[in-house]
Amino acid sequence: MANNSSHITDYKVLTRVLLVLMFCTFLTISITSYNLAAFTVTIALLIAGFKSFLVLSYFMHLKYESLLLRILVSIVFVLFALIVLITFIDYSYR
Amino acid sequence: MMHNTVDKIEYVSFLEHKGRFKGLFSWIFATDHKRIALLYLYAIGTFFFVGAILGLLMRLELIAPGETIMKPQTYNGIFTVHGIIMIFMVVIPGLSAVFGNFFLPILIGAKDVAFPKLNLFSWWVFIFGSVLAIASQFMKNGPPDTGWTFYAPYSTATGTNVITATTAAFVLGFSSILTGLNFLVTIHQMRAPGMKFFNMPLFPWAIYATAWIQLLATPIIGITLLMLIAERLFGIGFFNPDLGGDPILFQHLFWIYSHPAVYVMILPAMGVITEIIPTFCQRRVYGYKAIALSSVAIAGVGFLVWGHHMYTSGMSNQARWFFSLLTFVVAVPSAIKVFNWISTMYKGSIDLKPPFLYAVSFIFLFIIGGTTGLLLGSIATNVQVHDTAFVVAHFHYIIFGGMGFAFFAAIHYWLPKMYGKMYNFKRANIAWAIIFVGFNLLYFPQFILGFQGMPRRYFDYLPQFQTGEVISTIGGIILVSGFIFMVYNLVMGVRKGEPAPANPWNGSTLEWQIPSPPPTENFDEVPVIKKNPYDYI
Repeated sequence: MANNSSHITDYKVLTRVLLVLMFCTFLTISITSYNLAAFTVTIALLIAGFKSFLVLSYFMHLKYESLLLRILVSIVFVLFALIVLITFIDYSYR
Repeated sequence: MMHNTVDKIEYVSFLEHKGRFKGLFSWIFATDHKRIALLYLYAIGTFFFVGAILGLLMRLELIAPGETIMKPQTYNGIFTVHGIIMIFMVVIPGLSAVFGNFFLPILIGAKDVAFPKLNLFSWWVFIFGSVLAIASQFMKNGPPDTGWTFYAPYSTATGTNVITATTAAFVLGFSSILTGLNFLVTIHQMRAPGMKFFNMPLFPWAIYATAWIQLLATPIIGITLLMLIAERLFGIGFFNPDLGGDPILFQHLFWIYSHPAVYVMILPAMGVITEIIPTFCQRRVYGYKAIALSSVAIAGVGFLVWGHHMYTSGMSNQARWFFSLLTFVVAVPSAIKVFNWISTMYKGSIDLKPPFLYAVSFIFLFIIGGTTGLLLGSIATNVQVHDTAFVVAHFHYIIFGGMGFAFFAAIHYWLPKMYGKMYNFKRANIAWAIIFVGFNLLYFPQFILGFQGMPRRYFDYLPQFQTGEVISTIGGIILVSGFIFMVYNLVMGVRKGEPAPANPWNGSTLEWQIPSPPPTENFDEVPVIKKNPYDYI
């Protein structure tokens, strides 16, 4: 049942994604100079999450893969979120 | 070159195939999945023997109160190394690396795994990690004495070889991740034409669910152990409260991996049992989809129940309640499998051959292990028996009674296919009986000892526990005797046994449609799948 079809991404697209990633890195560093209190880590994680999304989608070709594979990878992130959430059931009420 | 003949067609089996290398090198540099499976079998078999001897030494120490054959610190080292060897080097890789490697490609109609060289690399990484783990026993500072769980803050402070042992576990984790990745890609990309997910045999389904856990959970223990090493080397306060760390965080991180790791051990075992029962009952599997999806459900829910190991750790009440609830939920898919195995047997033509005896024993022992697990999943009873011999008994009923007996079932089921030789049934049945009696005599008294308050991992005990400890030690000696007899019978079978036919058990899955032992690339032509794998009545 092998699916050997592959997608070749245009260099222009990859370059744009690279630029966005570099901008996000710059943003991550820049916001450390502002005092965002409890949101500092949240915002850093949101930017990192967005960067991961871009890398997975374009550099790792997930955008062009089958729906099944995209669902499977999405489940991984849902699982990760659940594990963090459940751990904080302990930390929030301890 | 020796040629085998099956149905008047000459072929060269994978055992006699001549590749680039000769002799030992033709094995340790082999990329054929079947040879790699046998490499794992020999390595894991050796480690199991070492782990069993260490276990027996612990039992001998506990035959009477006070010091009998070793010092307390030696005892601490031995139970730690016994745990590290058995968990990380035997039961986690055991079924998946040996039988998954050998039979997964064959069962899905493939000629090999997706990445054969990566497969060989995984074995080498496994050996490197294993050497490190064994070395930690003999190096200068003495064997690690933390138990296989490496709980902080003690593991951050003890002067023993914790760094070597945790590095070993870290390296072994890499092997597990790479094997899981290889199997996932193999199942997604290399199934034979016509084989959709829902007409794939159930052992590959179990391996599939296991591979996801290996891939997703193992990095967590890797990071955790790196944090522990960093704390020891650089004094970073992750877990030690004196440095501002949180010891319960270590337990969270450790069990986020190590509870799913229990399913890495038991899911392939369940897959093996699901292959054996229909063959020896000549019955179509009852509830195929329920068994397949329950593997996935166990893998999924199994990720979220780790906190039931930590009820007494100081975790919040809300978290304890939540983990207890989920623990009861994860029992449901396990029970679905048990009911479906028993339903498959109903009105079947049951043939009590050695593999089936081990499979039925698995169900019996797994039920005991599973139901006592619910006792531990319930907060109130858990607090009573936490860290007692009850936990040791429950754990061994699941891991040895489950994974161990499934391993023995698998080797008796597939050995004729792997080596093309048959073993002696009478001796196999006697060995099974000795092992079954020895196992129950060894571990059942520990349920009672635990209820009475006998702590686990204690070098010494009060005289009131001695009867149970003596029975347990006698059971241990019987178990090891049965194990030696079983290995003797299998080795004699491989060396001097009768040639095995291609399909000695009248099985219906793909491995029984090719010669015994299989040719290097398994199939002359990739099979086209048109029917259910369990094509019985």
